[in-house]
Amino acid sequence: MLQIKELQARIEEKEILKGFDLDIQPGEVHAIMGVNGSGKSTLANVLGGREEYEVTGGSVSFLGKDLLDMDPEERAREGLFLAFQYPVELPGVLISYFLRTAYNAKREHAGEKPLPVREFNALINEKAKLLELNPELLKRSVNEGFSGGEKKRNEIFQMALLEPKLCILDETDSGLDIDALQVVSHGVNTLKKEDPSRSFLVITHYQRLLNYVVPDYVHVMIDGKIVKSGGKELALELEEKGYGSFQPAA
Amino acid sequence: MPTWERWCLQWGYMSSDTETLENFTEQEYKYGFTVDIEADELPAGLNEEIIRALSAKKDEPEFMTEWRLRAYRKWLEMESPEWAFIEHEPIDYQALKYYSAPKQKPQLESLDQVDPKLLETYEKLGIPLEEQKRLAGVAVDAVFDSVSIATTYKEELSKAGVIFCSISEAVKEHPELVKKYLGSVVPYTDNYFATLNSAVFSDGTFVYVPKGVKCPLELSTYFRINAQNTGQFERTLIIADEGSSVSYLEGCTAPMRDENQLHAAVVELVALKDAQIKYSTIQNWYPGDKDGKGGIYNFVTKRGMAEENAKISWTQVETGSAITWKYPSCILKGDNSVGEFYSVAITNNCQQADTGTKMVHIGKNTKSTIISKGISAGVAQNSYRGLVKVLRGAENARNFSQCDSMLMGDKCGAHTFPYIEVDNPTAQVEHEATTSKIGEDQLFYCNQRGISTEDAIGMIVHGFCKEVLNELPMEFALEARQLLAISLEGSVG
Repeated sequence: MLQIKELQARIEEKEILKGFDLDIQPGEVHAIMGVNGSGKSTLANVLGGREEYEVTGGSVSFLGKDLLDMDPEERAREGLFLAFQYPVELPGVLISYFLRTAYNAKREHAGEKPLPVREFNALINEKAKLLELNPELLKRSVNEGFSGGEKKRNEIFQMALLEPKLCILDETDSGLDIDALQVVSHGVNTLKKEDPSRSFLVITHYQRLLNYVVPDYVHVMIDGKIVKSGGKELALELEEKGYGSFQPAA
Repeated sequence: MPTWERWCLQWGYMSSDTETLENFTEQEYKYGFTVDIEADELPAGLNEEIIRALSAKKDEPEFMTEWRLRAYRKWLEMESPEWAFIEHEPIDYQALKYYSAPKQKPQLESLDQVDPKLLETYEKLGIPLEEQKRLAGVAVDAVFDSVSIATTYKEELSKAGVIFCSISEAVKEHPELVKKYLGSVVPYTDNYFATLNSAVFSDGTFVYVPKGVKCPLELSTYFRINAQNTGQFERTLIIADEGSSVSYLEGCTAPMRDENQLHAAVVELVALKDAQIKYSTIQNWYPGDKDGKGGIYNFVTKRGMAEENAKISWTQVETGSAITWKYPSCILKGDNSVGEFYSVAITNNCQQADTGTKMVHIGKNTKSTIISKGISAGVAQNSYRGLVKVLRGAENARNFSQCDSMLMGDKCGAHTFPYIEVDNPTAQVEHEATTSKIGEDQLFYCNQRGISTEDAIGMIVHGFCKEVLNELPMEFALEARQLLAISLEGSVG
């Protein structure tokens, strides 16, 4: 699914990723945990293709293709989805229109015809039901005036609609109360069940999300690289001992 | 006097300048010549003889010729306004040609008689007449360079008693209406460009909707500028008689050009008691190339007069022209009259726009709404200039203004010059303004969902302008959406 080798990246003049390695197979859930400034969000942005981040070394292969060679929109159409830590507002842009454009861009990329409006509306209503999302939300502008929880739910909803092969969740749990956290986790688990070959990369600061979205692997990230990997019990160990006990290899 | 006040006062007076006057009188003698009436165009230059020749070519009655001459003499005393937030080289009015006919016979009865090349050009511009004809309920009066060449749906309109024709035709066929209303809202002394227009207007549209008639069709005129060096001086006069209503749309495009072209149009709307006029504009003239070379200078005077219970609504989507100088206004003269102004102005590359509105509340319980959306990209400058004036007798007048600006990139500018004058304490005037930027984060968010950057910009800009675009007639909403996207092509990344 995703092979990251010796990835190095910087923003402006600051080196952030310093030789990052990760291998994700189809159907796996990986969690990356780390303190603020360890490079977690940079990793998400680099994988998404954000221009401000300059890749200075290493390689990333996504479904056998060179990910770093693709534009952000191409990565998305190939099946990479990034749920944002801070989803942006698009005033006046209806969610339904936004999603239809995204959905049809993906279909076109796959050589399919765009889905007619009526069928598309049926599809989003079905997905909304699946995720227990209030369909009224779909009549609003993208994230405009949404609460923090609504924004994150909207991210998961988009993820469900676009049916990605790899889902990256960038601190999706930050700022969520326990109810919203459960709704989001329910969404992720539904998507996981829907397609067993779908992979997830969950980036988080805290262990609590991992109570609901159970990872196959947990990686501890410090100063731009992974310093320790293990099973889900590693998250609990972190919770107990703190990040202080993990120092980067010299 | 501060330049701003000069703009506010510019309803019927401009200071005279004797030096200019002398210059022009001298030139008149210097360039004295006779004019060949049979020629397809008049030679370049502006003097009384040219105006007489123009009037004669159009076979106008004496009152019209005299009116033009009075305007011309007034114009000689005026100076070009300097207060707008725009910059351009001085315009050489003597280098312009004031009349040019298309290279074909005028007065055609059907489209079959139109030069196929001409029709082809329309199609390239995406406004094929054939398709326009099929568009339900749209009558088209195409003005191609100065002379009307095709008029459709005239019969259906005449059944309803609606007069929809070129202004040249109206001058001859309905002189009593023209005499009564031409210059009644924008007098020939009004301002530099309106006065010039009054002297030399080439052609334009005339609409009269009789008492109690709801115009059965959406009226529309497409303007184009074609012949080299021909200043376009369109004149539009729309009269909605008591209790009637009409919706009119003008859409403009122009081919690639290398020289600056002047366009100084005048539009007058007369909404009598209980009448409603909705006037929509899609303006897409050649804006010049990326370095600001070429492009149309668009100096337009648009104003409507609303009598008791009447309503005038201006909607404009301005994407073209090198310079846009235009303030569609409403004089709310009658009690309970309503004025509206919905505007989207996009400036890209080196374009400059100074546009807005004037709402003058005279009658009691008059209401006005102003929604203005300005978008700047490249190194363009975009200004909103608006006046809300409540006169002493305007009890309970109400105004709401909202001016939003959007910037793309960091080299462009957005400016807002709202001006409010209230002489009645019962008035309620509200003004809101915002400035925002299309952010890299918004674009990346769209890209990450698989949406291309061009589509993302189109979507974000459309969302920003939605309140205004919703005011456009249905048939043109899609066209406007595409126009927004095209206008901003290549403005990011």
